[in-house]
Amino acid sequence: MLTKRINPCLDVTEGRVVKGVSFVQLRDAGDPVELAAFYDREGADELVFLDITASSDARDIMIDVVKRVSEQVFIPLTVGGGLRNVEDMRRILEGGADKVGINTAAVQNPELIREGATKFGNQCIVVAIDAKRLEKEVSLEGPLALGPGSKWEVYTHGGRKPTGIDALKWAKQAVALGAGELLLTSMDADGHQTGYDLELTRAISEAVKVPVIASGGAGTLEHLYEAIVIGKADAVLAASIFHYGTYSIRQAKEYLARKGIAVRL
Amino acid sequence: MIAIIDYGAGNLRSVAKAIAGLGYEARVTSSPDEVLNADAVILPGVGAAGDTMNSLEALGMADPIRQVVAQNRPFFGVCLGLQVLFGNSEEGGGQRCLDLIPGMVRRLPPHLKVPHMGWNQVSQRMAHPLFEGIPDGANFYFVHSYYADPEEKAIIAGETEYGVSFPSVIIKGNLVATQFHPEKSGDLGLKMYHNFLKFGLGGRYGGHPRHRP
Repeated sequence: MLTKRINPCLDVTEGRVVKGVSFVQLRDAGDPVELAAFYDREGADELVFLDITASSDARDIMIDVVKRVSEQVFIPLTVGGGLRNVEDMRRILEGGADKVGINTAAVQNPELIREGATKFGNQCIVVAIDAKRLEKEVSLEGPLALGPGSKWEVYTHGGRKPTGIDALKWAKQAVALGAGELLLTSMDADGHQTGYDLELTRAISEAVKVPVIASGGAGTLEHLYEAIVIGKADAVLAASIFHYGTYSIRQAKEYLARKGIAVRL
Repeated sequence: MIAIIDYGAGNLRSVAKAIAGLGYEARVTSSPDEVLNADAVILPGVGAAGDTMNSLEALGMADPIRQVVAQNRPFFGVCLGLQVLFGNSEEGGGQRCLDLIPGMVRRLPPHLKVPHMGWNQVSQRMAHPLFEGIPDGANFYFVHSYYADPEEKAIIAGETEYGVSFPSVIIKGNLVATQFHPEKSGDLGLKMYHNFLKFGLGGRYGGHPRHRP
């Protein structure tokens, strides 16, 4: 049986992992290679690196990070953050990434999804969607625009810019264009550690025929379980609970296994 | 020297690093001569069957691959590198492949999420040095939308379930092919490459692993 994946996410800036990483076991908690190897030993199913600087200088530094990690860690690597065109994707993939995550660039130019999928295969293209729950009904013009019945709006630019696009419609469109996987982040839940947005996760997961990675809100192991069982996520992404050492990946997997979820132990 | 065939697609770096880390000289190459002179050949695979076949033909690589396999020299096909060994693929409305193994490559069942992406179990169907130190039912990393259906069932060394039971490991003499990616399957994936090179090269050319195989 295909197992459910647990994917730790590492934020990288200037070649260093940032955002509250507190492992006493590591010599240098900011070294991407050391952290990647640590998570690999712990049983992480994939690693997600997010370049949070995303300038063109940062791209070269990120490629170097990917190269160094891929020399020592033999599990799938997804890299996202600031990738704007097929050339950016190619360089990251040649560096040793297996998948590229695109978000803002895909919203601005949806054809980029098709170009990337044609060039590198659907399985390489992860479309990241940052979605925020609407507080009131909005009706706009356009095939993907918010309308009656819309519940979540797509944001870009690291969650700073509302787009007027319906997250559910965008998810379907991204898959139709060739996305092989969706990385779905609930902006409402992100960072709060009060659980994933299960309604959002389930709505998107049921609407598309590609794997959905749930992201944003994990605070307990039960939250991971809920995202998989109620949200129907194929994988769960988490940062804080692993980085701060609240739970280890192995603990998370053992918990899920006890609850009857197929995981790789 | 272990030749890793470069036909302009995908992540060859991980394969090369995995092999080099096992203590072998790995060479990423698009030269037919290097492939013909290699001690073992790895055909990695990412992308579409049609593009791959076109690229292999354009590089003059189809015949060297046929020769290496016909001579029963150590050969490892990975993912699409397994699929293109078959006669035909359903991909892209029908694609002629290398036809080294009789059988078809079929689309995974439509009611499931495709690609089949993630870690899944490999049930071993034979005892073989390739599986030395690898538990039956161990998880390996898959990413694919099509699967091979060989005519000769005796070559199926491992099977995996995803809506259908499909061959995830094929062994025919010194030809090994996996539907999963050993270079993305952690320690057990590296162990599988190590085992392949050990039995394929018959100890002629021992590896000195830096990894934990």
